[in-house]
Amino acid sequence: MRYAMAIDTKKCVGCSDCVVACQTENNVPIGYCRDWVIEATTGTYPDLSLEFRSERCNHCSNAPCVRCCPTEASHVVNGGIVLVDHNECIGCKACIESCPYDARFVHPEGYVDKCTFCIHRVEKGENPACVNVCPTKCMYFGDTDDSNSEISKILKKRKWKTLIPEAGTDPNIYYLI
Amino acid sequence: MIEELIVSGRMNPEIDPHLHAWPWYVPTDLFLAALVAGILIFSAFLTLHGKENEFPAAVKRAPLFAPFLLGIALLLLFLDLSHKLYFWQLYTNIRWESPMSWGSWTYLFITPLSVLWAAIHIQDVFPNLDLKFSWLKESIEWLKTYKKVLAGIIILLAITLGMYTGILLSAFNARPLWNSAILGPLFLTSGLTTATAVVLLLKPNEKEERRFIVLMLIFAGIQIFLLIHMIMGYLAGTQVHIEAARLLLGGEYTTSFWVFAFGFGLVLPVVLQLLKLNGSKIPVTVPAVLIIVGGLLLRLIIVEAGQASRWLY
Amino acid sequence: MDKDFSRREFIKISSAGLGGLALSNPVFNWLKGETMVPGVLPGTYKRVPTYCEVCFWKCAGWAHVNDQGEIWKLTGNHEDPHCNGRLCPRGTGGVGMYYDEDRLKTPLIRRIVNGKQVYREASWNEAFDYIADKMKKIADEHGPECIALFSHGSGGKHFGRMLKAFGSPNITAPSYAQCRGPREVAFFSTYGEGIGSPERVDIRDTDCLVLIGSHIGENMHNGQVQEMSDAIDKGATIITVDPRFSTAASKSKHWLPIKPATDMALLLSWINVIINNEWYDKKYVEKYTFGFDELKEHVKNFTPEWAYGITTIKPHIIRKTAKVMANAAPSVIIHPGRHVTWYGDDTQRLRAVAILNALLGSWGRRGGFYNPEKRNVAKLKLPKYPKPSKTWRDAFPEQYKLAHLALASGICDATIPTAERDCSFKGWIVNGTNLISTLPKPANTLKAIQSLDLMVVVDTMPMEITGYADVVLPECTYLERYDNIRVSAHREPTIALRAPAVAPMYNSKPAWWMAKELANRLNLQDYFPFATEEEELDWQLKQVGSSLDEMKKIGMKKFDREFDDVYPLENLDDYEFNTNTGKIELYSTAMEDEGYDPLPTYTPHEEPPEGFYRLNYGRAPMHTFSRTANNPNLTDLMDENSVWINPKVAKEWDLANGQKIWLENQDGIVTSFPIKVRVTERIRWDSVYMVHGFGHTDKRMKRAYGKGASDSELITQTKIDPVMGGTGMRVNFVTFLTEAPIKGAV
Repeated sequence: MRYAMAIDTKKCVGCSDCVVACQTENNVPIGYCRDWVIEATTGTYPDLSLEFRSERCNHCSNAPCVRCCPTEASHVVNGGIVLVDHNECIGCKACIESCPYDARFVHPEGYVDKCTFCIHRVEKGENPACVNVCPTKCMYFGDTDDSNSEISKILKKRKWKTLIPEAGTDPNIYYLI
Repeated sequence: MIEELIVSGRMNPEIDPHLHAWPWYVPTDLFLAALVAGILIFSAFLTLHGKENEFPAAVKRAPLFAPFLLGIALLLLFLDLSHKLYFWQLYTNIRWESPMSWGSWTYLFITPLSVLWAAIHIQDVFPNLDLKFSWLKESIEWLKTYKKVLAGIIILLAITLGMYTGILLSAFNARPLWNSAILGPLFLTSGLTTATAVVLLLKPNEKEERRFIVLMLIFAGIQIFLLIHMIMGYLAGTQVHIEAARLLLGGEYTTSFWVFAFGFGLVLPVVLQLLKLNGSKIPVTVPAVLIIVGGLLLRLIIVEAGQASRWLY
Repeated sequence: MDKDFSRREFIKISSAGLGGLALSNPVFNWLKGETMVPGVLPGTYKRVPTYCEVCFWKCAGWAHVNDQGEIWKLTGNHEDPHCNGRLCPRGTGGVGMYYDEDRLKTPLIRRIVNGKQVYREASWNEAFDYIADKMKKIADEHGPECIALFSHGSGGKHFGRMLKAFGSPNITAPSYAQCRGPREVAFFSTYGEGIGSPERVDIRDTDCLVLIGSHIGENMHNGQVQEMSDAIDKGATIITVDPRFSTAASKSKHWLPIKPATDMALLLSWINVIINNEWYDKKYVEKYTFGFDELKEHVKNFTPEWAYGITTIKPHIIRKTAKVMANAAPSVIIHPGRHVTWYGDDTQRLRAVAILNALLGSWGRRGGFYNPEKRNVAKLKLPKYPKPSKTWRDAFPEQYKLAHLALASGICDATIPTAERDCSFKGWIVNGTNLISTLPKPANTLKAIQSLDLMVVVDTMPMEITGYADVVLPECTYLERYDNIRVSAHREPTIALRAPAVAPMYNSKPAWWMAKELANRLNLQDYFPFATEEEELDWQLKQVGSSLDEMKKIGMKKFDREFDDVYPLENLDDYEFNTNTGKIELYSTAMEDEGYDPLPTYTPHEEPPEGFYRLNYGRAPMHTFSRTANNPNLTDLMDENSVWINPKVAKEWDLANGQKIWLENQDGIVTSFPIKVRVTERIRWDSVYMVHGFGHTDKRMKRAYGKGASDSELITQTKIDPVMGGTGMRVNFVTFLTEAPIKGAV
């Protein structure tokens, strides 16, 4: 099993619902976030293109944060979800330095925090809060090892990219382009 | 024109607008650790070669500082932890993939050894020191019989420690400016250079001073070579590494790096020492202090600029 | 009682009493300090139905509440066609409205203490007695009609009932004359029906969506955003006309970067192309429309070449896009937009939009405009409302004759006494609308306020308008109260319940209770026959075969349509339109009868003087006007606006990205606060753009104070739509000040 997310940049409007839904679902303190939205404009008026991307931890298959963690607080669970065990984290921030996506942060309680793919929902068969709330339905979540899953099908059908593949982390957030 | 902006989210403290999760604690720790590594390497190496009495400043006096410097380094590491009450988790795990892990274990072993090493030499430095307890005296005498074994172990651990200070950073593929295999040798070399400076400050005898000035010139020379080599490596690399090198070549950190860390911290002391070797009356403290400050600046700049370097997407 | 205030000074009060509440909601501490094991949420959670009040879309949803009575999160109701189970960012962040520690906490009455005007905390009884006394006095001296209600939101219904019972019909919302009024009038005069809200556009099924200055995706009208996304999925063609490269423009196959204020020329040219090429739906036009020949004659000179000179859109693009629309017809929507009060000829521009849709046969067709249906809950059995002897219209003889709702700006104007008018408004009740930034020409609004005998503001937040009130009543948020059943017209009729998820915080109260208490003091208790709102709702619901208990469980109820006529004109069935001719009036007899142009014409609008740029304003998806400016969850997403400036212009003015500047308009008015420059290719060189709702001047809103700049301050000119009194607001021009202006120097 390999959980992944595909985000359709053709539909995303950058409304940031994913950000606030994550904050309320996971009680992320005000002033912090586990996901965020990037707007990228290229070209010169009036020949322009615009891309919105909802970004978060890529739950990399080759996760540098897990490798550099001195205590095994950062670990991978079933389905490839990368988690941080708050009771093992010492707050050395090596994982923060190791993440090319800057997806991690220090929670005010001291431990390092990040996107969990809403594992508490996923294990109940629900989608992560961000996927569930997205008004444009531009986000797909599922198992890429299952060739019949919605996400596998859409990745077969559509062109996609991942972020910084050259960093070699083997990310699992796909952007449909 | 390419315009990329964060629409929302990503205001995480220490991460945005640019990463600064490691402020001065970590680079200062790296500096002190490499310095101690250098001090212990010189002391242990000269001991193994039976030159204790020819080089009293390097072999006997300098190591007395090692436990204190290591103590400060460890304290800084601890202060940097954001979840401090859980620090013991470091020592319930051994993770060879994690430099932070094996670095911590190296600290765990080298710190008591540095205390023993200092203990062996304390009466040589302070002959009038009364150790009060006979068991203490006896233990030290017993230790002295294993001095060479101890020296061997210390050399291995000190090299590990010195390399760790660079590898900790270079293991982070995510920060292009750190992502160079040269960083380990560079920081180890810098540790040795700064250690020669410490020795020069501890009133060496004439022969020792001359020898250590030469050593300083050699290691500073290697350091300059490695630094330039590292930057050339970036420039020969991918766009990402070129962008990272630009932080030092015209970018935000250009002045602090080239003028202060490189110029005043490396080139100027080298010139002064060369002049001194050729007979100029330059107080040895000047180049020595410059080298030490330069070593600290190097770590501070590399750590900060490294955090500012990023992959482009 | 205090003597009347000859002049209302703006009162800045420190927020009264009660310490701050922790910002993050305190429910889910289970995440802290323990390994996250799924399914171990301590305590139990219940879902309480609500419908959202952060904007007018009113999505039905659920508040998730724990057993300590704390709100964890808000989610959408899956059955609701407004949101389909997905709230927008503002809806999701609506919980911040409840947790906002800067809320109004207790009733306040303006008093003079030591010669200074101050607010004194008051009991509800004192506040109501004060208001009732003043209302009676105004009624005795001037007539009850001289009290007006301005409202935006659910509370208005309750105060409206009280006011109608009192004898005043003057109930208004700025959403009409400052927003969608021209659209309603234009479509009414063309089709005999308005557009309504949610808009009756069948975006989900359309093949071609044409947006003119409508920035769906930035305006987060939930259902429409969702349907636009569905349409993208299905491969629909989107055409966007906007001087700015909006989010919607970026999703479009054709973006027409039009010169601002020239949309009418483009529309007329499209009509010209479609008629001349005979691309219109001939059967539809023949069967349903009136005045085709007059239209054809009227537009014959409006060629793409003519329009090119005005709009800067190349003729072949105009032809090509017209062809795209015609190919998709009747599954095409030329979207009527929502905020359409731009240049003062807005009703006419929307008439052109209505005509274009009619030519393509999209009204009443799948993929065009559907026929919404609603199921009203039973009307309360109330005594007849007294017949007013005068209305706001009396202040505007022979003007705005097609306005079918009261004009907020009109009532504001009619509050300032003039020599020729024998009667002006003397009392305002303002509920949930910050008139200082909602109405154009803030100086005019303040002048009107100075002429009042009574000014009551009911709000949840210390918005600027509360600083001018005689009495401030703290309303509880929508999460703490019942409200009227949401009755919405959609493809299927639905009703939705709002029930309190938690008890009102501080000393805040629901509007229903306030209106009833006031009614009691005005001897109007018969208009509030039920002791509680629960009883009133239960009675109403039982009349439609439901009950309060049932609705508390399901939140939202769908009904079957009475007739299967979502697309009544799909097969060219016979249909009688509610117009004078019974047909779609391409040539409007209603307009002609009232002396307005029966066919839309192009009039050039004023252009920015040298060194000035047209001020365009709009929405961000995470905010609703100024209402959400202090919401902790939403300010976390976006806490200030910026002014978009084209790189060429920025270079000319030597402005850098992120630099703070002040904007000055053509009348020398400068923004209270500086605003950050955003140098971006997404904006044309002849205009600037900023998101509305920022630059708050009230320090009581700690997160919003001084963040960004207010476009409202700069809107000191309006062009009034002669047809219905809409206030065209995109007629202001700004220039840049790089240094702080010296106060009073202008």
